[in-house]
Amino acid sequence: MIKVTKVHKNFKEIKAVNGIDLFIPKGEYAALLGPNGAGKTTLVEMIEGLQHPDAGEIKIKEKGWKDHAEELHHAIGLSLQETRFVDKLTVLETLKLFASFYGLSKNRIQEIMELVNLNEKKKSYVVNLSGGQRQRLALGIALLNNPEILLLDEPTTGLDPTARREIWDILTALKKANNTTMILTTHYMEEAAYLCNKIVIMDKGRILAEGTLEQLLSKHKKGEVISFETNGPILPEELPHSEKIIKSVIDPAGNKGEIIVEDLVTYLPLFLEFIKSQQLALTSLECRKMTLDDLFIAMTGRHLDQ
Amino acid sequence: MKQIVQLIGMHLKEFFREPGIIFWAILFPILMAWGLGLAFTKQNELIRTIALIDEENSLAKHEDFSQFFVSLNRDQDAPLIKKIGNEKLGITTYQFEKSDWQESIIMLKRGKISMIMELVNDSIIYHFDPLNPEAQLAYLQIKGAFDQNTGQTNSTNISPLTQTGTRYIDFLVPGLMAMGIMMSCMWGISYSLIDKRMKKLLRRMVATPMKKSSFLFAQFTARLLLNFVESGLLFLFAYLYFDISLQGNWLALILMLVAGNLAFTGIAILVSSRTSNTQVGNGLINLVVMPMMVLSGIFFSYHNFPDWAISVIQKLPLTILADNIRSIFIEGAGLVEIATPFLILIGIGMVAFVSGLRIYKWY
Repeated sequence: MIKVTKVHKNFKEIKAVNGIDLFIPKGEYAALLGPNGAGKTTLVEMIEGLQHPDAGEIKIKEKGWKDHAEELHHAIGLSLQETRFVDKLTVLETLKLFASFYGLSKNRIQEIMELVNLNEKKKSYVVNLSGGQRQRLALGIALLNNPEILLLDEPTTGLDPTARREIWDILTALKKANNTTMILTTHYMEEAAYLCNKIVIMDKGRILAEGTLEQLLSKHKKGEVISFETNGPILPEELPHSEKIIKSVIDPAGNKGEIIVEDLVTYLPLFLEFIKSQQLALTSLECRKMTLDDLFIAMTGRHLDQ
Repeated sequence: MKQIVQLIGMHLKEFFREPGIIFWAILFPILMAWGLGLAFTKQNELIRTIALIDEENSLAKHEDFSQFFVSLNRDQDAPLIKKIGNEKLGITTYQFEKSDWQESIIMLKRGKISMIMELVNDSIIYHFDPLNPEAQLAYLQIKGAFDQNTGQTNSTNISPLTQTGTRYIDFLVPGLMAMGIMMSCMWGISYSLIDKRMKKLLRRMVATPMKKSSFLFAQFTARLLLNFVESGLLFLFAYLYFDISLQGNWLALILMLVAGNLAFTGIAILVSSRTSNTQVGNGLINLVVMPMMVLSGIFFSYHNFPDWAISVIQKLPLTILADNIRSIFIEGAGLVEIATPFLILIGIGMVAFVSGLRIYKWY
């Protein structure tokens, strides 16, 4: 459905997208997961036809933007990162406006308002909507034309957990009902894990890994995580048995960190002993299976949301 | 105290770290001062033109007049000159142009003169709108000089010009109509486009099958409708309150208003074609709007500017629009008279629109 081949995009000195290959088959929900500045938005906007690659090729339904813009505009529904609509138009008027671009009927507008749960707010000005309601409106507009392809750029950034959950529910329902293909960008790993069957981890304009959640977690070395806080500083190079550590990240202050190890059962006693020998005390300790965030740390040494 | 220093620092840094704002806030006013100062003060003396009607040839008959009005040369038709004033107050050169009634009234309506002097036997009748300060000053200066010159208080008459079409309000309202169109297009269209670009709404809209031409056409049409309401209300008010009347052709007026809208829509689209910073947009709009507001003879006649400036001013779109709306209103101009300016304004609009569209940043 969407095929990205060797795509590059530079902004002056910065390589925003640096040689990306990506294939999303029909009906797949894919998440582009990565920290800010990873190149997610640039990549999505190139797929949306809003930016043009410096090199490489993007095909949607085996068609390029250059010759098939009209057709592709009809096939795609999208929401941009933080679009603000006209402040003093109501929800209904905004939907009507966008529906007119696609030549859609009143019924569809009603359907959408119910789908994104804005029926009660249809007479409110956009400026008076909450953050979550605005994002639902943006999503409603993206879904107006019943798109084959849905491209959502950070649809839940800045929303509280309840509002985020509402967006997730709409998208999950859609996944069941239609055969929509979706790409969404996010820096929330739970969002990627919850909504998408394919997860593409990006950093610095490149794809670091892609696959289902299970594939990613199993392929990239099994691992377990020790997350701790102490009452005094630790230097990363002082940690015992470095051969058993996959990756360690210690805060600059040295009293907080995460250690990813292959086998928790053998390493944890060594770690505790080390803490004791340094005459430190643990103020917090948590052990868990590796998550996507830990995977990202293991690959880049940084957190996803940094 | 520390807080205040920090806060002041924050505001100053905010200001100085935005190069656009520095230009508009500091450099632009300086440039305006330079431009206007040049236009107004480079002249060592002010020249004012007064129409002189002398149907009974009193000028030759009465010694008082021939002494007062010193001709530049002996040519019968050459304008008569009189310098009035002193070093401290500045010297105004009054240039008396011999003319007949009809021509004088036209000059008055166009704002080229503000007063008509009529010589009847040995007395002078001053015709002017008593509400026009410029005319009042001219009257006082000339009368004072005349009395001093002849050593006596001559019999003078003031004949107020209150006939529709010769008052200041008749001059002002058509100009305000033209200015309203400019302001409405420049702020309404430019600002709204820049704001939509900043909000990424423009980007969102072009990501749909929406036709860009529809978008811009709608922008123009909406503005045209609003401007007709605005001009209509202004006319209605001036009609009811000041008894202004339209002496020319209605259709000519409507066509002129449409042409003005087209011209300024084009310019508005050109101005808003690149920037997504509303503060820079603000400056750009002011760059277009301010000079025209001052120069184009909306509030006072541009005939007081030096000749070289007038030839430039007359080419500004607002001048073309204001002068022609005015000529329809008070000189009774019709379709024939406005044909050329109509085409020029549409031409300006088209050129600005096409060049704006070429460099337009939709994303």
